[in-house]
Amino acid sequence: MRYPVLAQLVLCAALTLWGTAAPALEIEAETVFAATQPTSELQILSTTDTDVFVPIIEAFQRANPGVSVRYVEASSSQISRAIVVENARFDVVISSAMDLQTQLANDGYARQYQSPATALVPEWGVWRDSIFVFTQEPATMVVSRAAFEQLPPPTTRLDLIELLRAQPDAFRGRIGTYDVRSSGLGYLFATQDSRTTEAYWRMTELMGQLDVQLYCCSSEMIEDVASGRIAIAYNVLGSYAAARQDLADQVMIIEPADYTTVMSRSAMILATTRNAQGAERFIDHLLVTAWSPGSTAFAYSNPLLNAAETRPNLRRIPLGPGLLVFLDRLKRRQFLTEWENAIVQ
Amino acid sequence: MKIQGSIYRRLMLQLVGGAAVLAAIMFVLFQSFARQLAIESQDTTLLASATSILESVSIQRGEVTADIPYAALAMLGNVSDDRVFYQITQGRAVLTGYEDLPRYAASELPSDPASWTADYRGDQIRLVSVSNSLPFNGVLTPITVTVAQTQDGLAQKLTQISRRAILIGAVFFVVATGLSIWTARSSVRPLNTLAAAVSRRGPEDLRPVSAPVPSEMAPLVASLNAFIARLERSLSRSEEFIVEAAHRVRTPLATVRTQAEITLRRVDREENRVALKKLIRAVDESSRAAGQLLDHAMVAFRTDHMEQTQVDLSAAVAEVIDRQRPVADLRDIAFKRRIAPGCTVFGDSILIHNAVTNILDNAVKYSAPETTVSIEVTQADGVVQVAIRDQGPGFGDADTETLTQRFARGANAGQTVGSGLGLTIAAEVARAHNGRLTLGNNPQEVGACVTLSLPS
Repeated sequence: MRYPVLAQLVLCAALTLWGTAAPALEIEAETVFAATQPTSELQILSTTDTDVFVPIIEAFQRANPGVSVRYVEASSSQISRAIVVENARFDVVISSAMDLQTQLANDGYARQYQSPATALVPEWGVWRDSIFVFTQEPATMVVSRAAFEQLPPPTTRLDLIELLRAQPDAFRGRIGTYDVRSSGLGYLFATQDSRTTEAYWRMTELMGQLDVQLYCCSSEMIEDVASGRIAIAYNVLGSYAAARQDLADQVMIIEPADYTTVMSRSAMILATTRNAQGAERFIDHLLVTAWSPGSTAFAYSNPLLNAAETRPNLRRIPLGPGLLVFLDRLKRRQFLTEWENAIVQ
Repeated sequence: MKIQGSIYRRLMLQLVGGAAVLAAIMFVLFQSFARQLAIESQDTTLLASATSILESVSIQRGEVTADIPYAALAMLGNVSDDRVFYQITQGRAVLTGYEDLPRYAASELPSDPASWTADYRGDQIRLVSVSNSLPFNGVLTPITVTVAQTQDGLAQKLTQISRRAILIGAVFFVVATGLSIWTARSSVRPLNTLAAAVSRRGPEDLRPVSAPVPSEMAPLVASLNAFIARLERSLSRSEEFIVEAAHRVRTPLATVRTQAEITLRRVDREENRVALKKLIRAVDESSRAAGQLLDHAMVAFRTDHMEQTQVDLSAAVAEVIDRQRPVADLRDIAFKRRIAPGCTVFGDSILIHNAVTNILDNAVKYSAPETTVSIEVTQADGVVQVAIRDQGPGFGDADTETLTQRFARGANAGQTVGSGLGLTIAAEVARAHNGRLTLGNNPQEVGACVTLSLPS
């Protein structure tokens, strides 16, 4: 009889430790779109800014009055942790981290769903009837118009490398890119780059020599380019830059002509959802909004939605188990070590 | 006849049943074969993936590390949308990947590479493990890479294959059923042909069956033929016996009659004359019967071996009338003839003569003196009819069908001499020529009407 008591004690201790060691989900923003006469609640966990989703949620509620929507904004790594470790109760997950979405679905956290709306999504945009892509957003170079008044702006990575080699002093401390250690999206773009071109490591090394500025987010890089603090930002979400119409005079968005990585935001229904019907309706609504011909719901991504076929430089990140590779513990450690060696000299 | 089962039905049942069993076996074999193939192809992909991961395992800075190639997992995604799991172990310790993945310890691997199926996270997964040993701190350390995949794609592929297998099985079954019907029909056809040939035969046709039959039916036909031969022998023996008997009776009867007539002329006493007349009459009756038995035997023989030619029935009837005239004149019986000229039939002239003679003889025999017998020959609609009417007692209410049987005599035959074979002979001749003999009473007047109809 001693052992069960002991086991209970150990369990209690473990739970206590767990509670202190793993704080609850770090929420960035939380918005509740209350229905006038709520009959059910839909909980959405998302990496996308609430502003972008306001019109979509409002349209959804017009079609489904009775559904209250709780929209929680968090980082992609927080989302994964909340679902896998904390078993948080949400119905829909929307994320720009294609790798983490794939991992969640692969590990059985997603619920499979098929409907006429999911049939609208092209084949490459669906995985296991679980992950549904609804945007296509290019990783671009955003450059300061002021810095390139006298110079032709680079159009390819090789151009950029040559430019940095030719005028190292002009760009020292004036290049920005993601800190791949803290940004999931930056890591995704960097790993895809390393997979695509040899030039990536040369370029990274060169950036490291020129005292590259590291950022957490695309928006900060865009603002710093606009303010003239840096001249070039590499691997910036073009959709964010295009959305900043107010900065159009200061910044120039360049889709590298050698290839442009295209990231997709995706949505999935969680297997643990308590409001499957509401979640399915929301997915239908989202996909119809995104994929109906001529849709302009996602203003920043729409021009790209069906253009990838006609623009050979666009290179989509494919959904699938390949994305699990760079999430591997050893692989990630190796990549980060190599990246740090290149950047921090 | 006791009917038990049907060869056709049994053949059909066995053939179709056999086809169904074969189709089912084919389906099962096809499916298990397809399943085997699908699993093997999944194993091949998993093995390729595991091997490429194993090759990426190396020792760097005194640490075992792995640089999983992107393609190692991406290639699994190219084949199907299945969930993918992997694990790299060093000895018993998990280096990276899914820690709770079912596994063998490196030393316990049943084979290298090993593949097996297990349950993981609520799904059935297929796992492939490969192992290798790396020198680590001067000791060989076993490294095992396991790559696993759910089997949704496999199940989907199998469902597709199953559907195709069902379709193939169904087509096979339908074709086999069609062939079964054809086989069963053609197997039973010789039997039906034989049955039809035998049942088509006339009552007197006792020739052996000569149509070709399959070897399996040869014993049956041989015994049938032997039976027919026995029957024919026994029939002809009895016919011969009748001819012989009639012949042997007729000759002495003629002698008896002659002697009786001579004696009658000499005898004066009335009672003796009456007795002698009765005797003569009895002798007449017997000799006539014997004659008709002979006639009948002849007819029976000839209907089996008819010599068919074009017979001018008008001429034949006229000739018979001329021959009967002396007998008719004796009793003042007049012949009224209305014979259409040139009515011909295809048949045996002797038999037809005999038939007409027998009918006319009957008519004269049953007519009272000073009456009229009318003879009419007409041709219409491909049928030649010989209608002979008398003014005798007629057939009364007797069943006209039984009158054509051997030795049957009408109820009003009375004192008339007769054997009961006359109409039988006429009816048999009619039947041998695919014709008909109709017996009836004259509708307007008294008397009988006998009509012989023969196809022209």
